[in-house]
Amino acid sequence: MDIAHFLEILWLARIPILKGLGVTISISLLAICCGTILGVFVGLALTYGVRPLRWLVRGYTDFIRGTPVLVLVLASYYVLGTIGLDLGPFQAGVLALAVFCSSHVGEIVRGALQSIPKGQTEAAKAVGLTFPQTFAYVLGPQALRQILPAWVNTAAEMVKASTLLSIIGVAELLLRTQEIISRAFMSLEFYLFAGLLYFTINYAIERFGRYVERKTAIPS
Amino acid sequence: MSNLLEIRDLHKSYGDVEVLKGVDCTMSQGDVISIIGSSGSGKTTMLRCINMLEEFQGGTISIDGQEIGYELVGGQRRRKSEKEIARQRALTGMAFQQFNLFPHMTAARNIMLGLMKVKKLNKEEARSIAEKWLDRVGLRSRADHFPGQLSGGQQQRVAIARAIAMNPKLMLFDEVTSALDPELVNEVLQVIKTLAQDGMSMLLVTHEMRFAYEVSNRVIFMNQGRIGEEGNPKEMFHKPKSERLAEFLKTSSFG
Repeated sequence: MDIAHFLEILWLARIPILKGLGVTISISLLAICCGTILGVFVGLALTYGVRPLRWLVRGYTDFIRGTPVLVLVLASYYVLGTIGLDLGPFQAGVLALAVFCSSHVGEIVRGALQSIPKGQTEAAKAVGLTFPQTFAYVLGPQALRQILPAWVNTAAEMVKASTLLSIIGVAELLLRTQEIISRAFMSLEFYLFAGLLYFTINYAIERFGRYVERKTAIPS
Repeated sequence: MSNLLEIRDLHKSYGDVEVLKGVDCTMSQGDVISIIGSSGSGKTTMLRCINMLEEFQGGTISIDGQEIGYELVGGQRRRKSEKEIARQRALTGMAFQQFNLFPHMTAARNIMLGLMKVKKLNKEEARSIAEKWLDRVGLRSRADHFPGQLSGGQQQRVAIARAIAMNPKLMLFDEVTSALDPELVNEVLQVIKTLAQDGMSMLLVTHEMRFAYEVSNRVIFMNQGRIGEEGNPKEMFHKPKSERLAEFLKTSSFG
């Protein structure tokens, strides 16, 4: 490996790489944010929803979780168009990832809420709190602490899954890298470099999660 | 004078299993009543119906003349609104077998939550009431400790303080010493005894026969979903009328 030559090519390719990195980060952020917001509602419906709603949402999560992300991405781009919802590759990709994220977050939220002992709700009721108050002050804060580690995991998964959008032509980091490789013929170097960038993003997410976990830990 | 608590013909079933088969009970201000009986006799269920932690299918419960949980609308028995039930729950305070303190809040915060959100007091008022009650249960210095940093006995005392700080008309104690190590039982019973001496109306489900004997002015023996026998503790423990009670007392720790 000729380091000097690689650095020279890397410098020349800096703009497309940075652009790709930006797109990857935007996709991931959007998918994680939208997916999390939607996922919280999914989790609430799974835990507290009345029966027909709960069944409906259960069907949604099971279906999405049982489908490969790549299939979701392709379906979102090619199939939605046939029913009149013509999304660009970026929008379609983000939609697919957000939907995928929401089903995972939904399950995480449900698991966390159900793991809180019944006595917590009863104690809150006994004091005279209404259900919204119980949720806001007793169940929610406890569930959040449980959700965090699994949620960080899901966030990192979304960053990795964003590479699949290269298939439908979204110029994210992987596609940009492949374009550079096809011109410079330095596949090992540039794949390694892209891998390093992905690792850095996920490592940062993980460190951030750990930090929040430490900050919110309950003393005992 | 109207009764503080009035239970009429209380029926409660879990599916096909009827656990309360018509319970009647009245209680005046300042009464301390212990409910004893073998497990499965319905004593905890009865207590939990009083603050609507359990639904019940028949009969009425009133506290201070207010009917709890249900109302008749055009001859139809209907569950009251959640908001109204929440408000009625604040008429009673409850301490649980498993303490059920909120683990993510300090002792003081546990007590302040209801004061701020239900009684709408401001933070300073709530804090000073919390400190007053923590002081009463001997835990003033633990105000800023989390439940995980307290012993079982201390947690239970905080839980009792949390309930009583809300100034309920009636305190419900559900086997509050059953989950405690033997050496921690006394400190909790002591707190309850002091409250009884202060004139707090209390209904206690307990397995501590000696304690029931000492602290209560009336004892109710529950047997298979009905009140088997009731009376003052002296008569009940020394001259049980029914065979079932005599048998129960023999197998319990009283003596």
